[in-house]
Amino acid sequence: MAKTGIYTFIVCLLIGVTAYASFYVAPTESTMGLVQRIFYLHAPSGMTSLAAFLVSFIGSVAYILTRKPRWDWLAVSAAEVGVAFCTVVLLTGPIWAHPAWGVWWAWDARLTSTLVLWLLYVAFLILRTMIEDADRRALVSAFFGVFTFLDVPLVYGSIWWWRTQHPQPVVFTSAGLDPTMRKVFYLSWLSLTCLMALLIRQRYELEQSREELRTLEQELEAH
Amino acid sequence: MPLLSNTAVLLRKELQSEYRSHELLTTASVFILIVIVLFSFTFDPTSAESRQFGPGLLWLAFLFSASLMLQPCFLKERTNDTLSALRLAVSDPFAIFLAKLCANTIFLLVTELLLLFVFAVFYNVAVLSVFPKLALVFFLGSMGIATTGTALSAISSQARMREVLLPLLLMPLLVPVLIPSTEATKALLEAEPTLRWDWLGILIAFDVVFLTALWLFGEYLLEE
Repeated sequence: MAKTGIYTFIVCLLIGVTAYASFYVAPTESTMGLVQRIFYLHAPSGMTSLAAFLVSFIGSVAYILTRKPRWDWLAVSAAEVGVAFCTVVLLTGPIWAHPAWGVWWAWDARLTSTLVLWLLYVAFLILRTMIEDADRRALVSAFFGVFTFLDVPLVYGSIWWWRTQHPQPVVFTSAGLDPTMRKVFYLSWLSLTCLMALLIRQRYELEQSREELRTLEQELEAH
Repeated sequence: MPLLSNTAVLLRKELQSEYRSHELLTTASVFILIVIVLFSFTFDPTSAESRQFGPGLLWLAFLFSASLMLQPCFLKERTNDTLSALRLAVSDPFAIFLAKLCANTIFLLVTELLLLFVFAVFYNVAVLSVFPKLALVFFLGSMGIATTGTALSAISSQARMREVLLPLLLMPLLVPVLIPSTEATKALLEAEPTLRWDWLGILIAFDVVFLTALWLFGEYLLEE
């Protein structure tokens, strides 16, 4: 308990420092101005969500191979956290896109594939609510988790190919990213990854407690 | 090879039961026909426009009908509990999937090719000259739909709200099939038809990846 408390405190501190650095330390971008600062939340969230989906995939494969419930708990926890970060990406994207591109949404390759990714994992979470039996749910959703993750590179590939055939919006290219901006970006990535680990851990413990409760209830019924 | 002989027997069973009932092919064909007719009300189906939107429309109709067609694939085995009998009968459980996905590919392909001609007449598009190439695109696309669809049908048959669940799981997963199939079909229906191997490459990659995944993990889905 104390360990979780300390870890939570460190994550909160990191998030605070990142927020300060994004607003006050990083220089203002010359063409887009203040709105570009959302980049420090937007891009690292995207990378964090992909990391969470990778963890979920590992959990799914490990569950199929070992049948230990803890891998299923990891898979669902990571998928939920990944969807949360992916939602942040999809919400901050339009806030940035509107002043920068003049539209809320552009069917650009990265945006579109992130949206499809979000839909896939939302479907994964919905599937889990539709099966009562815990073992069956774990197995079936692990299978779908594997399918979903395998689909990701194909989704990215096909959408990228498709969009590059059409006119592209003028995208802010980060080729010559300022060194301070880069540092703030990495700091933000670090703190969001720590936040992801914390959330997955908490969600995992919740799943564990649910399982314990279920076992206790079953024992009670048996008496 | 017991896998192939088992698959052949099961495939025969699937085709025979469809031949006797005509349920899937009739309903799916009529469904696609309805969608094609309804779509024509949403824009002016002149020839130039139909070349532009037609392939996308056609593939969307195929996708919708596939999500209906694949629904009973495992459900019918569940009603009379024939799945356990099937599992006992075959030496490799992958044969069950392989037979079902071959049957589904055939059913999808037959309805698609049938409806292609109706589409060509309604929307004034010439398809005869590029028919073999179109058939190749349709085959690769249908195989992708059938592979993932058969696996997901095994999943959804074990869940509540299965009628809604299957399209919900299937549609986003099929984005890498919808885009290449539509683009490849579009390229073949243009004034100067070309067979786009880059798009076909994505379709082949999709088919190979999911067929392998099904081969590796599919048998766990059939566990009781």
